[in-house]
Amino acid sequence: MTDAATLFGLCAAALVGLGVYALIVNPQPLRKILAFNVVGNGVFVLFGAVAHRGAALGFGGDPVPQALLITGIVVAFSATALAVALLLRLFDETGAATLASDAPPKSHADAGEA
Amino acid sequence: MSLLDLFTVIAVCAGAFFFLAGTVGLLRFPDALTRLHALTKADNLGLGLVVLGLLPHADSVLGGLKLVAIWLLALLASGAVSQLIARAARRTDPRR
Amino acid sequence: MIETFNAGLALLVLALAIWTVVARDTFAAVVGFVAYGMLLTLVWVQLHGVDVALTEGAIGGGLTGAMLIAAAARLRCTEGAARAERPGVATRLAAALVAACVTAALAVAVLALPEPAPTLANETAANMAATGVGNPITGVLLAFRAMDTLLEAIVVLFAMIGVWSLAPDRAWGGRPGPLHRADPDGILAYLARVLPPIGIIVAVYIFWIGADLPGGKFQGASILAAMWLLAVMAGLTDAPPVSRTWLRVALVAGPVVFIAIGAAGVATAGAFLAYPDGLAKPLIKVIEWALLPSLAVTLALILAGAPERPAR
Repeated sequence: MTDAATLFGLCAAALVGLGVYALIVNPQPLRKILAFNVVGNGVFVLFGAVAHRGAALGFGGDPVPQALLITGIVVAFSATALAVALLLRLFDETGAATLASDAPPKSHADAGEA
Repeated sequence: MSLLDLFTVIAVCAGAFFFLAGTVGLLRFPDALTRLHALTKADNLGLGLVVLGLLPHADSVLGGLKLVAIWLLALLASGAVSQLIARAARRTDPRR
Repeated sequence: MIETFNAGLALLVLALAIWTVVARDTFAAVVGFVAYGMLLTLVWVQLHGVDVALTEGAIGGGLTGAMLIAAAARLRCTEGAARAERPGVATRLAAALVAACVTAALAVAVLALPEPAPTLANETAANMAATGVGNPITGVLLAFRAMDTLLEAIVVLFAMIGVWSLAPDRAWGGRPGPLHRADPDGILAYLARVLPPIGIIVAVYIFWIGADLPGGKFQGASILAAMWLLAVMAGLTDAPPVSRTWLRVALVAGPVVFIAIGAAGVATAGAFLAYPDGLAKPLIKVIEWALLPSLAVTLALILAGAPERPAR
Protein backbone atom coordinates (compact mmCIF):
# COMPACT_ATOMS: atom_id res chain seq x y z
CA MET A 1 0.00 0.00 0.00
CA THR A 2 2.92 2.31 -0.56
CA ASP A 3 1.52 3.56 -3.86
CA ALA A 4 0.06 7.06 -3.50
CA ALA A 5 -2.80 6.27 -5.86
CA THR A 6 -3.93 3.20 -3.93
CA LEU A 7 -3.62 4.97 -0.58
CA PHE A 8 -5.65 7.98 -1.63
CA GLY A 9 -8.10 5.77 -3.52
CA LEU A 10 -8.88 3.85 -0.34
CA CYS A 11 -9.06 7.12 1.59
CA ALA A 12 -11.54 8.39 -1.01
CA ALA A 13 -13.67 5.24 -0.63
CA ALA A 14 -13.82 5.90 3.12
CA LEU A 15 -14.75 9.55 2.49
CA VAL A 16 -17.65 8.54 0.24
CA GLY A 17 -18.90 6.11 2.88
CA LEU A 18 -18.67 8.78 5.61
CA GLY A 19 -20.56 11.25 3.43
CA VAL A 20 -23.32 8.74 2.65
CA TYR A 21 -23.72 7.99 6.38
CA ALA A 22 -23.92 11.70 7.22
CA LEU A 23 -26.36 12.33 4.37
CA ILE A 24 -28.80 9.74 5.73
CA VAL A 25 -28.39 10.39 9.45
CA ASN A 26 -28.31 14.20 9.78
CA PRO A 27 -31.78 15.77 9.59
CA GLN A 28 -30.68 19.38 9.01
CA PRO A 29 -30.46 20.47 5.35
CA LEU A 30 -27.17 22.35 5.80
CA ARG A 31 -25.53 19.23 7.27
CA LYS A 32 -26.88 17.24 4.33
CA ILE A 33 -25.31 19.75 1.94
CA LEU A 34 -22.00 19.36 3.82
CA ALA A 35 -22.27 15.57 3.60
CA PHE A 36 -23.04 15.81 -0.11
CA ASN A 37 -19.89 17.88 -0.59
CA VAL A 38 -17.85 15.29 1.33
CA VAL A 39 -19.19 12.57 -0.99
CA GLY A 40 -18.41 14.72 -4.02
CA ASN A 41 -14.85 15.43 -2.88
CA GLY A 42 -14.36 11.71 -2.19
CA VAL A 43 -15.45 10.88 -5.73
CA PHE A 44 -13.08 13.53 -7.12
CA VAL A 45 -10.12 12.15 -5.12
CA LEU A 46 -10.96 8.64 -6.35
CA PHE A 47 -10.97 9.89 -9.92
CA GLY A 48 -7.71 11.72 -9.24
CA ALA A 49 -6.10 8.54 -7.95
CA VAL A 50 -7.10 6.81 -11.21
CA ALA A 51 -5.64 9.77 -13.13
CA HIS A 52 -2.37 9.51 -11.18
CA ARG A 53 -2.04 5.89 -12.20
CA GLY A 54 -2.15 7.05 -15.82
CA ALA A 55 1.06 9.03 -15.43
CA ALA A 56 3.26 8.77 -18.50
CA LEU A 57 5.67 10.76 -20.65
CA GLY A 58 6.75 13.11 -17.90
CA PHE A 59 3.18 14.18 -17.03
CA GLY A 60 2.46 13.65 -13.35
CA GLY A 61 -0.97 12.30 -14.16
CA ASP A 62 -3.29 11.62 -17.08
CA PRO A 63 -4.37 15.15 -18.13
CA VAL A 64 -7.82 14.21 -19.50
CA PRO A 65 -9.33 13.03 -16.18
CA GLN A 66 -7.70 15.96 -14.38
CA ALA A 67 -9.33 18.43 -16.78
CA LEU A 68 -12.67 16.68 -16.22
CA LEU A 69 -12.11 17.03 -12.47
CA ILE A 70 -11.69 20.81 -12.77
CA THR A 71 -15.05 20.88 -14.57
CA GLY A 72 -16.51 18.68 -11.85
CA ILE A 73 -15.32 20.88 -8.99
CA VAL A 74 -16.82 23.99 -10.57
CA VAL A 75 -20.14 22.27 -11.28
CA ALA A 76 -20.26 20.88 -7.72
CA PHE A 77 -19.75 24.42 -6.42
CA SER A 78 -22.64 25.66 -8.57
CA ALA A 79 -24.93 22.91 -7.29
CA THR A 80 -23.97 23.65 -3.67
CA ALA A 81 -24.63 27.36 -4.26
CA LEU A 82 -28.13 26.65 -5.60
CA ALA A 83 -28.86 24.28 -2.71
CA VAL A 84 -27.70 26.83 -0.12
CA ALA A 85 -29.77 29.59 -1.78
CA LEU A 86 -32.86 27.34 -1.69
CA LEU A 87 -32.22 26.59 1.98
CA LEU A 88 -31.86 30.28 2.88
CA ARG A 89 -35.08 31.07 1.03
CA LEU A 90 -36.85 28.26 2.90
CA PHE A 91 -35.56 29.78 6.13
CA ASP A 92 -36.76 33.26 5.14
CA GLU A 93 -40.22 32.00 4.30
CA THR A 94 -40.93 29.56 7.13
CA GLY A 95 -38.55 30.68 9.88
CA ALA A 96 -37.16 27.17 10.27
CA ALA A 97 -34.58 25.25 8.28
CA THR A 98 -36.05 21.78 8.38
CA LEU A 99 -37.20 19.19 5.86
CA ALA A 100 -39.83 17.74 8.20
CA SER A 101 -43.20 17.77 6.49
CA ASP A 102 -45.88 19.60 8.46
CA ALA A 103 -48.72 22.04 7.80
CA PRO A 104 -47.79 24.94 5.48
CA PRO A 105 -47.40 28.34 7.19
CA LYS A 106 -50.59 30.31 7.67
CA SER A 107 -49.74 33.09 5.20
CA HIS A 108 -49.39 30.74 2.25
CA ALA A 109 -52.55 28.81 3.07
CA ASP A 110 -54.58 32.05 3.24
CA ALA A 111 -53.03 33.52 0.10
CA GLY A 112 -53.75 30.32 -1.79
CA GLU A 113 -57.41 30.33 -0.92
CA ALA A 114 -57.94 34.06 -1.25
CA MET B 1 24.42 16.87 3.60
CA SER B 2 25.72 20.20 2.41
CA LEU B 3 25.72 23.33 4.55
CA LEU B 4 22.69 24.77 2.72
CA ASP B 5 20.69 21.56 3.31
CA LEU B 6 21.61 21.69 7.00
CA PHE B 7 20.44 25.30 7.17
CA THR B 8 17.14 24.33 5.50
CA VAL B 9 16.53 21.48 7.93
CA ILE B 10 17.30 23.63 10.99
CA ALA B 11 15.13 26.54 9.81
CA VAL B 12 12.16 24.35 8.86
CA CYS B 13 12.40 22.45 12.15
CA ALA B 14 12.44 25.74 14.07
CA GLY B 15 9.39 26.87 12.08
CA ALA B 16 7.60 23.62 12.86
CA PHE B 17 8.40 24.09 16.55
CA PHE B 18 6.79 27.54 16.49
CA PHE B 19 3.70 26.12 14.78
CA LEU B 20 3.53 23.50 17.52
CA ALA B 21 3.88 26.21 20.17
CA GLY B 22 1.04 28.19 18.58
CA THR B 23 -1.21 25.12 18.53
CA VAL B 24 -0.42 24.37 22.19
CA GLY B 25 -1.37 27.96 22.96
CA LEU B 26 -4.63 27.53 21.03
CA LEU B 27 -5.51 24.47 23.07
CA ARG B 28 -4.39 25.65 26.51
CA PHE B 29 -5.12 29.38 26.71
CA PRO B 30 -8.33 30.35 28.52
CA ASP B 31 -10.12 32.73 26.19
CA ALA B 32 -10.40 33.98 22.63
CA LEU B 33 -8.06 36.96 22.89
CA THR B 34 -5.10 35.06 24.33
CA ARG B 35 -5.64 32.26 21.81
CA LEU B 36 -5.57 34.76 18.96
CA HIS B 37 -2.35 36.18 20.37
CA ALA B 38 -0.71 32.76 20.41
CA LEU B 39 -1.91 31.86 16.92
CA THR B 40 -0.98 35.09 15.16
CA LYS B 41 2.43 35.58 16.70
CA ALA B 42 3.71 32.02 16.72
CA ASP B 43 2.23 30.89 13.41
CA ASN B 44 3.52 33.86 11.45
CA LEU B 45 7.00 33.50 12.93
CA GLY B 46 6.88 29.78 12.13
CA LEU B 47 5.88 30.49 8.54
CA GLY B 48 8.67 33.06 8.24
CA LEU B 49 11.23 30.52 9.44
CA VAL B 50 9.93 27.88 7.01
CA VAL B 51 10.14 30.37 4.12
CA LEU B 52 13.66 31.34 5.22
CA GLY B 53 14.64 27.68 5.21
CA LEU B 54 13.22 27.11 1.72
CA LEU B 55 14.86 30.18 0.16
CA PRO B 56 18.19 28.47 -0.71
CA HIS B 57 16.25 25.87 -2.71
CA ALA B 58 14.23 28.35 -4.76
CA ASP B 59 14.52 28.04 -8.55
CA SER B 60 15.55 31.64 -9.12
CA VAL B 61 15.57 35.06 -7.48
CA LEU B 62 11.97 35.50 -8.68
CA GLY B 63 10.97 32.21 -7.06
CA GLY B 64 12.53 33.31 -3.79
CA LEU B 65 10.72 36.66 -3.98
CA LYS B 66 7.44 34.78 -4.53
CA LEU B 67 8.07 32.78 -1.36
CA VAL B 68 8.67 35.97 0.63
CA ALA B 69 5.55 37.52 -0.93
CA ILE B 70 3.52 34.52 0.26
CA TRP B 71 4.77 35.09 3.80
CA LEU B 72 3.94 38.81 3.66
CA LEU B 73 0.43 38.10 2.33
CA ALA B 74 -0.17 35.53 5.08
CA LEU B 75 1.06 38.11 7.60
CA LEU B 76 -1.37 40.74 6.26
CA ALA B 77 -4.34 38.39 6.14
CA SER B 78 -3.80 36.84 9.57
CA GLY B 79 -3.18 40.22 11.20
CA ALA B 80 -6.38 41.70 9.78
CA VAL B 81 -8.49 38.61 10.50
CA SER B 82 -7.27 38.28 14.09
CA GLN B 83 -8.18 41.94 14.74
CA LEU B 84 -11.68 41.34 13.35
CA ILE B 85 -12.14 38.19 15.44
CA ALA B 86 -10.86 40.00 18.54
CA ARG B 87 -13.37 42.82 18.03
CA ALA B 88 -16.20 40.35 17.56
CA ALA B 89 -15.11 38.42 20.65
CA ARG B 90 -14.98 41.59 22.74
CA ARG B 91 -18.38 42.67 21.49
CA THR B 92 -20.06 39.40 22.42
CA ASP B 93 -18.28 38.99 25.75
CA PRO B 94 -17.46 42.44 27.19
CA ARG B 95 -16.13 41.02 30.45
CA ARG B 96 -12.95 39.75 28.78
CA MET C 1 9.45 9.24 3.67
CA ILE C 2 6.88 10.33 1.14
CA GLU C 3 4.72 7.34 2.02
CA THR C 4 4.70 8.40 5.68
CA PHE C 5 3.68 11.92 4.66
CA ASN C 6 0.92 10.56 2.39
CA ALA C 7 -0.34 8.24 5.10
CA GLY C 8 -0.40 11.08 7.64
CA LEU C 9 -2.21 13.34 5.17
CA ALA C 10 -4.83 10.67 4.40
CA LEU C 11 -5.42 10.12 8.13
CA LEU C 12 -5.83 13.86 8.75
CA VAL C 13 -8.30 14.18 5.87
CA LEU C 14 -10.33 11.27 7.23
CA ALA C 15 -10.25 12.71 10.75
CA LEU C 16 -11.54 16.09 9.52
CA ALA C 17 -14.28 14.38 7.49
CA ILE C 18 -15.36 12.45 10.60
CA TRP C 19 -15.39 15.74 12.53
CA THR C 20 -17.61 17.31 9.84
CA VAL C 21 -20.01 14.38 10.22
CA VAL C 22 -20.25 14.09 14.01
CA ALA C 23 -19.78 17.68 15.23
CA ARG C 24 -22.84 18.81 17.16
CA ASP C 25 -22.60 22.51 16.29
CA THR C 26 -23.22 23.23 12.60
CA PHE C 27 -20.81 26.16 12.55
CA ALA C 28 -18.02 23.97 13.93
CA ALA C 29 -18.80 21.36 11.27
CA VAL C 30 -18.57 23.98 8.52
CA VAL C 31 -15.21 25.26 9.81
CA GLY C 32 -13.96 21.66 9.85
CA PHE C 33 -15.16 21.32 6.27
CA VAL C 34 -13.16 24.37 5.17
CA ALA C 35 -10.00 22.95 6.78
CA TYR C 36 -10.77 19.62 5.07
CA GLY C 37 -10.96 21.42 1.72
CA MET C 38 -7.55 23.00 2.33
CA LEU C 39 -6.00 19.62 3.19
CA LEU C 40 -7.52 18.16 0.03
CA THR C 41 -5.48 20.75 -1.88
CA LEU C 42 -2.38 19.08 -0.45
CA VAL C 43 -3.74 15.67 -1.47
CA TRP C 44 -4.06 16.94 -5.01
CA VAL C 45 -0.46 18.15 -5.03
CA GLN C 46 0.62 14.69 -3.87
CA LEU C 47 -1.37 13.17 -6.74
CA HIS C 48 0.50 15.47 -9.15
CA GLY C 49 -2.56 17.39 -10.22
CA VAL C 50 -1.43 20.98 -9.55
CA ASP C 51 -4.17 22.56 -11.71
CA VAL C 52 -6.79 20.58 -9.80
CA ALA C 53 -5.12 21.59 -6.51
CA LEU C 54 -5.42 25.27 -7.48
CA THR C 55 -9.09 24.81 -8.41
CA GLU C 56 -9.87 22.89 -5.22
CA GLY C 57 -8.13 25.53 -3.09
CA ALA C 58 -9.82 28.45 -4.80
CA ILE C 59 -13.32 27.11 -5.48
CA GLY C 60 -13.74 23.99 -3.35
CA GLY C 61 -12.12 25.38 -0.21
CA GLY C 62 -12.38 29.13 -0.64
CA LEU C 63 -15.66 29.98 -2.35
CA THR C 64 -17.65 26.97 -1.10
CA GLY C 65 -16.31 27.53 2.42
CA ALA C 66 -17.25 31.22 2.39
CA MET C 67 -20.75 30.35 1.19
CA LEU C 68 -21.27 27.66 3.81
CA ILE C 69 -19.94 29.84 6.65
CA ALA C 70 -22.33 32.64 5.66
CA ALA C 71 -25.23 30.17 5.54
CA ALA C 72 -24.30 28.60 8.90
CA ALA C 73 -24.12 32.05 10.51
CA ARG C 74 -27.55 32.99 9.17
CA LEU C 75 -29.10 29.70 10.26
CA ARG C 76 -27.60 29.78 13.74
CA CYS C 77 -30.94 30.47 15.42
CA THR C 78 -32.38 27.18 14.11
CA GLU C 79 -29.76 25.13 15.97
CA GLY C 80 -31.99 24.35 18.93
CA ALA C 81 -34.91 23.09 16.87
CA ALA C 82 -32.60 21.15 14.59
CA ARG C 83 -30.95 19.35 17.46
CA ALA C 84 -34.33 18.13 18.67
CA GLU C 85 -34.88 15.94 15.61
CA ARG C 86 -32.22 13.29 15.94
CA PRO C 87 -32.70 9.94 14.25
CA GLY C 88 -33.12 6.71 16.16
CA VAL C 89 -30.70 3.83 16.53
CA ALA C 90 -32.37 1.80 13.77
CA THR C 91 -31.84 4.58 11.22
CA ARG C 92 -28.23 4.97 12.28
CA LEU C 93 -27.52 1.24 11.99
CA ALA C 94 -29.14 1.04 8.55
CA ALA C 95 -27.20 4.11 7.39
CA ALA C 96 -23.93 2.67 8.72
CA LEU C 97 -24.65 -0.57 6.85
CA VAL C 98 -25.31 1.27 3.57
CA ALA C 99 -22.19 3.42 4.06
CA ALA C 100 -20.05 0.35 4.79
CA CYS C 101 -21.34 -1.39 1.65
CA VAL C 102 -20.54 1.65 -0.50
CA THR C 103 -17.04 1.96 0.99
CA ALA C 104 -16.37 -1.74 0.55
CA ALA C 105 -17.51 -1.69 -3.08
CA LEU C 106 -15.30 1.31 -3.88
CA ALA C 107 -12.31 -0.14 -2.02
CA VAL C 108 -12.61 -3.38 -4.00
CA ALA C 109 -12.79 -1.34 -7.20
CA VAL C 110 -9.65 0.63 -6.22
CA LEU C 111 -7.71 -2.53 -5.40
CA ALA C 112 -8.87 -4.24 -8.60
CA LEU C 113 -7.83 -1.47 -11.00
CA PRO C 114 -6.20 -2.85 -14.15
CA GLU C 115 -2.41 -2.99 -14.39
CA PRO C 116 -0.86 -1.43 -16.49
CA ALA C 117 -3.13 1.57 -16.07
CA PRO C 118 -4.84 2.79 -19.25
CA THR C 119 -3.97 6.37 -20.05
CA LEU C 120 -4.65 9.07 -22.62
CA ALA C 121 -1.40 10.90 -21.85
CA ASN C 122 0.25 9.62 -25.01
CA GLU C 123 -2.55 10.77 -27.31
CA THR C 124 -2.63 14.13 -25.53
CA ALA C 125 1.11 14.66 -25.87
CA ALA C 126 0.99 13.67 -29.54
CA ASN C 127 -1.66 16.28 -30.36
CA MET C 128 -0.50 19.14 -28.13
CA ALA C 129 1.56 20.76 -30.89
CA ALA C 130 -1.58 21.49 -32.89
CA THR C 131 -3.08 23.54 -30.07
CA GLY C 132 -0.03 25.71 -29.43
CA VAL C 133 -0.36 25.70 -25.63
CA GLY C 134 2.18 24.15 -23.30
CA ASN C 135 -0.04 23.08 -20.40
CA PRO C 136 -1.74 19.76 -21.33
CA ILE C 137 -4.69 20.47 -19.02
CA THR C 138 -5.42 23.78 -20.77
CA GLY C 139 -5.13 21.95 -24.08
CA VAL C 140 -7.64 19.36 -22.96
CA LEU C 141 -9.99 21.95 -21.48
CA LEU C 142 -10.03 24.32 -24.43
CA ALA C 143 -9.18 22.23 -27.47
CA PHE C 144 -9.81 18.52 -27.06
CA ARG C 145 -12.84 18.75 -24.76
CA ALA C 146 -13.88 22.33 -25.35
CA MET C 147 -17.53 21.25 -25.33
CA ASP C 148 -17.21 20.35 -21.63
CA THR C 149 -15.84 23.80 -20.81
CA LEU C 150 -18.59 25.52 -22.78
CA LEU C 151 -21.30 23.55 -21.01
CA GLU C 152 -19.62 24.17 -17.67
CA ALA C 153 -19.62 27.93 -18.24
CA ILE C 154 -23.31 27.73 -19.09
CA VAL C 155 -24.06 25.54 -16.02
CA VAL C 156 -22.45 28.14 -13.75
CA LEU C 157 -24.60 30.80 -15.43
CA PHE C 158 -27.74 28.68 -14.93
CA ALA C 159 -26.90 28.19 -11.25
CA MET C 160 -26.65 31.96 -10.88
CA ILE C 161 -30.01 32.43 -12.66
CA GLY C 162 -31.44 29.82 -10.29
CA VAL C 163 -30.12 31.77 -7.31
CA TRP C 164 -31.58 35.01 -8.73
CA SER C 165 -34.98 33.37 -9.22
CA LEU C 166 -35.17 32.79 -5.48
CA ALA C 167 -35.59 36.52 -4.82
CA PRO C 168 -38.81 37.50 -3.06
CA ASP C 169 -41.29 39.53 -5.12
CA ARG C 170 -40.54 42.86 -3.47
CA ALA C 171 -36.81 42.53 -4.24
CA TRP C 172 -37.15 41.21 -7.79
CA GLY C 173 -34.30 42.58 -9.88
CA GLY C 174 -32.82 44.25 -6.84
CA ARG C 175 -29.42 44.21 -5.13
CA PRO C 176 -28.14 40.92 -3.74
CA GLY C 177 -27.16 40.56 -0.12
CA PRO C 178 -27.58 42.97 2.78
CA LEU C 179 -26.06 46.43 2.85
CA HIS C 180 -22.68 46.10 4.50
CA ARG C 181 -21.60 48.99 6.66
CA ALA C 182 -18.09 48.63 8.03
CA ASP C 183 -16.14 51.27 9.90
CA PRO C 184 -14.39 53.24 7.11
CA ASP C 185 -11.29 53.59 9.32
CA GLY C 186 -11.39 50.00 10.48
CA ILE C 187 -9.22 47.04 9.67
CA LEU C 188 -11.67 45.48 7.19
CA ALA C 189 -11.75 48.64 5.07
CA TYR C 190 -7.95 48.76 5.23
CA LEU C 191 -7.68 45.16 4.09
CA ALA C 192 -10.20 45.78 1.31
CA ARG C 193 -8.06 48.65 0.05
CA VAL C 194 -4.69 46.89 0.25
CA LEU C 195 -5.51 43.35 -0.86
CA PRO C 196 -7.54 43.77 -4.11
CA PRO C 197 -4.72 45.33 -6.19
CA ILE C 198 -2.40 42.46 -5.17
CA GLY C 199 -5.23 39.97 -5.74
CA ILE C 200 -5.96 41.29 -9.23
CA ILE C 201 -2.31 40.97 -10.24
CA VAL C 202 -2.13 37.44 -8.82
CA ALA C 203 -5.39 36.49 -10.56
CA VAL C 204 -4.32 37.81 -13.97
CA TYR C 205 -0.93 36.13 -13.53
CA ILE C 206 -2.53 32.76 -12.72
CA PHE C 207 -4.86 33.21 -15.71
CA TRP C 208 -2.05 34.19 -18.07
CA ILE C 209 0.39 31.50 -16.99
CA GLY C 210 -2.27 28.80 -17.41
CA ALA C 211 -1.34 28.45 -21.06
CA ASP C 212 2.02 26.86 -20.26
CA LEU C 213 2.15 26.15 -16.54
CA PRO C 214 -0.52 25.15 -13.98
CA GLY C 215 -3.15 27.84 -13.77
CA GLY C 216 -6.10 28.90 -15.85
CA LYS C 217 -9.19 31.02 -16.03
CA PHE C 218 -11.29 29.28 -13.33
CA GLN C 219 -8.68 29.85 -10.67
CA GLY C 220 -8.06 33.44 -11.79
CA ALA C 221 -11.79 34.19 -11.99
CA SER C 222 -12.42 32.92 -8.46
CA ILE C 223 -9.66 35.16 -7.07
CA LEU C 224 -11.16 38.16 -8.91
CA ALA C 225 -14.60 37.30 -7.52
CA ALA C 226 -13.17 37.04 -3.99
CA MET C 227 -11.50 40.46 -4.27
CA TRP C 228 -14.74 42.10 -5.39
CA LEU C 229 -16.67 40.41 -2.59
CA LEU C 230 -14.08 41.66 -0.08
CA ALA C 231 -14.69 45.23 -1.27
CA VAL C 232 -18.46 44.73 -0.99
CA MET C 233 -18.21 43.29 2.53
CA ALA C 234 -16.07 46.23 3.68
CA GLY C 235 -18.72 48.63 2.46
CA LEU C 236 -16.40 50.20 -0.14
CA THR C 237 -18.78 49.36 -2.96
CA ASP C 238 -22.27 47.94 -3.25
CA ALA C 239 -23.55 45.03 -5.28
CA PRO C 240 -25.26 46.31 -8.44
CA PRO C 241 -28.96 45.59 -8.98
CA VAL C 242 -29.30 42.42 -11.00
CA SER C 243 -31.61 44.12 -13.50
CA ARG C 244 -28.84 46.34 -14.87
CA THR C 245 -28.24 45.77 -18.57
CA TRP C 246 -24.46 46.13 -18.43
CA LEU C 247 -24.30 43.43 -15.75
CA ARG C 248 -26.33 41.01 -17.86
CA VAL C 249 -24.22 41.74 -20.95
CA ALA C 250 -21.04 41.09 -18.96
CA LEU C 251 -22.47 37.79 -17.72
CA VAL C 252 -23.37 36.34 -21.11
CA ALA C 253 -20.51 37.83 -23.16
CA GLY C 254 -18.14 34.97 -22.38
CA PRO C 255 -20.42 32.05 -23.27
CA VAL C 256 -21.73 33.92 -26.35
CA VAL C 257 -18.19 34.42 -27.70
CA PHE C 258 -17.46 30.76 -26.99
CA ILE C 259 -20.59 29.62 -28.87
CA ALA C 260 -19.86 32.03 -31.75
CA ILE C 261 -16.34 30.62 -32.17
CA GLY C 262 -17.81 27.14 -32.02
CA ALA C 263 -20.38 27.96 -34.69
CA ALA C 264 -17.65 29.53 -36.84
CA GLY C 265 -15.82 26.26 -36.46
CA VAL C 266 -18.70 24.50 -38.20
CA ALA C 267 -18.25 26.73 -41.23
CA THR C 268 -14.47 26.76 -41.40
CA ALA C 269 -13.26 23.46 -39.98
CA GLY C 270 -16.18 21.10 -40.31
CA ALA C 271 -17.32 20.55 -36.71
CA PHE C 272 -18.69 22.57 -33.80
CA LEU C 273 -15.78 23.97 -31.76
CA ALA C 274 -13.19 22.75 -34.26
CA TYR C 275 -10.35 25.20 -34.79
CA PRO C 276 -8.93 25.86 -38.27
CA ASP C 277 -5.27 24.94 -38.70
CA GLY C 278 -2.85 27.49 -37.28
CA LEU C 279 -5.63 29.52 -35.62
CA ALA C 280 -5.96 27.30 -32.56
CA LYS C 281 -3.79 29.36 -30.20
CA PRO C 282 -5.31 32.79 -31.05
CA LEU C 283 -8.86 31.41 -30.82
CA ILE C 284 -8.09 29.79 -27.48
CA LYS C 285 -6.72 33.13 -26.26
CA VAL C 286 -9.88 34.96 -27.40
CA ILE C 287 -12.12 32.43 -25.65
CA GLU C 288 -10.13 32.67 -22.43
CA TRP C 289 -10.06 36.47 -22.42
CA ALA C 290 -13.81 36.57 -23.00
CA LEU C 291 -14.58 33.96 -20.36
CA LEU C 292 -12.42 35.43 -17.56
CA PRO C 293 -14.56 38.53 -16.76
CA SER C 294 -17.84 36.67 -17.31
CA LEU C 295 -16.79 33.85 -14.98
CA ALA C 296 -15.52 36.27 -12.33
CA VAL C 297 -18.82 38.21 -12.33
CA THR C 298 -20.88 34.99 -12.34
CA LEU C 299 -18.97 33.43 -9.43
CA ALA C 300 -19.14 36.68 -7.45
CA LEU C 301 -22.90 37.01 -7.98
CA ILE C 302 -23.49 33.36 -7.05
CA LEU C 303 -21.77 34.05 -3.76
CA ALA C 304 -23.58 37.34 -3.22
CA GLY C 305 -26.83 35.40 -3.12
CA ALA C 306 -30.41 36.11 -4.07
CA PRO C 307 -31.52 39.75 -4.36
CA GLU C 308 -32.80 41.05 -1.04
CA ARG C 309 -33.12 44.79 -1.46
CA PRO C 310 -35.34 46.51 -4.01
CA ALA C 311 -33.50 48.16 -6.87
CA ARG C 312 -35.08 51.51 -6.00
